[in-house]
Amino acid sequence: MLMLAPASLVLMGLFAGGVALAVLQSTGFFAPASEHSFTLRHYTAMLMNREFQLSLILTIAVAAVSTILSAVAGVALALSLRSLAGRWPLVNALVQVPIAIPHLVMAVLLINVLSQSGLVARLGYAAGVVALPNEFPVLVNDPYAIGVITAYVLKETPFIAAVALAMLARTGDEYESLAATLGASPWQRLRHVTFPLLAPAVVSSSMIVFAFIFGAFEVPFLLGRPYPSMLGVVAQRRFTSIDLAERPDAIAVSVLMSLITAVLAWAYLKLMRNQIGERPTLF
Amino acid sequence: MTARRIGVAAAAAGALLPLVLLAVFSFSRNWYWPHLLPGEWSSRAWQYLTSPASDIAPAIVTSLWIALVVTVVSLAVALPAARVLAWHQFPGKRAFFFLLMLPVLAPPLASTMGVHGLFLRFGLTETVPGVMLVHLIPAVPYTILMLTGSFTRFDPDWEAQARTLGAGTLAVWRYVTLPAIAPGLALAAVFAFLISWSQYLFTVLIGGGQVITLPLILVSFQRGSDEAITAALALVFLAPTVLAFALTAKYMRRHA
Repeated sequence: MLMLAPASLVLMGLFAGGVALAVLQSTGFFAPASEHSFTLRHYTAMLMNREFQLSLILTIAVAAVSTILSAVAGVALALSLRSLAGRWPLVNALVQVPIAIPHLVMAVLLINVLSQSGLVARLGYAAGVVALPNEFPVLVNDPYAIGVITAYVLKETPFIAAVALAMLARTGDEYESLAATLGASPWQRLRHVTFPLLAPAVVSSSMIVFAFIFGAFEVPFLLGRPYPSMLGVVAQRRFTSIDLAERPDAIAVSVLMSLITAVLAWAYLKLMRNQIGERPTLF
Repeated sequence: MTARRIGVAAAAAGALLPLVLLAVFSFSRNWYWPHLLPGEWSSRAWQYLTSPASDIAPAIVTSLWIALVVTVVSLAVALPAARVLAWHQFPGKRAFFFLLMLPVLAPPLASTMGVHGLFLRFGLTETVPGVMLVHLIPAVPYTILMLTGSFTRFDPDWEAQARTLGAGTLAVWRYVTLPAIAPGLALAAVFAFLISWSQYLFTVLIGGGQVITLPLILVSFQRGSDEAITAALALVFLAPTVLAFALTAKYMRRHA
């Protein structure tokens, strides 16, 4: 057990201890703002707050849409590369490159590519579709969070594709060949053999993607709108506000975000245990 | 066939296009609407990056130093923990895994905000060690989870056999355990490094703008709308990632 001591120090001391301090500071024990008695008013204030409500809806919507699009595109990419990846292992590495691109870099790239005077708008000019930058749709810092969603789809599609490719490599193609021998059409093979084989891996990796986007900061910070912004940005803005009285509100937001993450983590572990019956094999 | 071609094109574009675009942006000058190519090519951004007058070199050194310490500490903490987690059953193991998952699944915002007051009291805010400590919150669990995977594929009996043959603790580690887990160890080190290297928010929250790392410089140039310097900085920011992938690909080819 001594072997676990240093890890426990980081995990219990810094991580869990930090969360415990966050809970305390957001429930009325925040000395810098002269708060010394238990209260839930920061939570009720946040839950009743219009900005928080809009941000929560936006955060869930962005995370859900990005996850669904990434899952569909990731599975499609994996299926199209499947036969090649078996013969040429470097394909797997190629697919994984965007996973390692930092989110900040992805945001910087998309600003240059998608903004109204960006490369796509210029291609539109060259094709004669747009004459002036303001004729090009607003895709960065836009009301529908298109920029944010694009960044996440580009980052997370390869992740889902890599997981799906690994799953396809592990199961092989015997099941599909068997179905073909039994007279299944290509669509029937996909629908009744390949998809069910892929489902557990894709669902569990989608949950990871959703949880990550839910708690994210950098991409909405650079590509999102100032109001309403995603929850991570709301928490950061209130925490770094000059008014110290806003800090417990910020911490309350981050504690609520952790709660949702914890529920997702619990559901993920339960799913992994039920379907695979072993330790999570993600890492 | 066409589906495969589209797939290959998408994967290649996803991997190469970011690098190509950033390289073009970093050498561009006077690139006005609606031109598809820069009006001028210039090495101004790269000269600025390497000039002693800019604060960029010190920021890169700070980033490297923080990421290296975080990597070494993460591995030192994770190695013994991963052995235990992979080979032994103990009460509360599931709870421990659950706890490990949380900071990996989403950035540990609440913890960082929670420890901020404590760090303030101990003089750790606005310092490099304070920033290193918060980087450990996501880096250590990630490293543990990755190394646990390596140790799970390693049979503890191999160590026992070596000991029976007279090998000491150090010899067992050097000739049996280390070679067996080396690939996993290298990968875990790369990930721990990259987690720290790409951290922005937690560096800002604990460093209070006093600990200047590369991502902070990158964001401030992005805000200042200097495309060429931002792109050059983004390429420097990407360098460890590209390097890690080149090494992994090389390793894969050697062991294929």
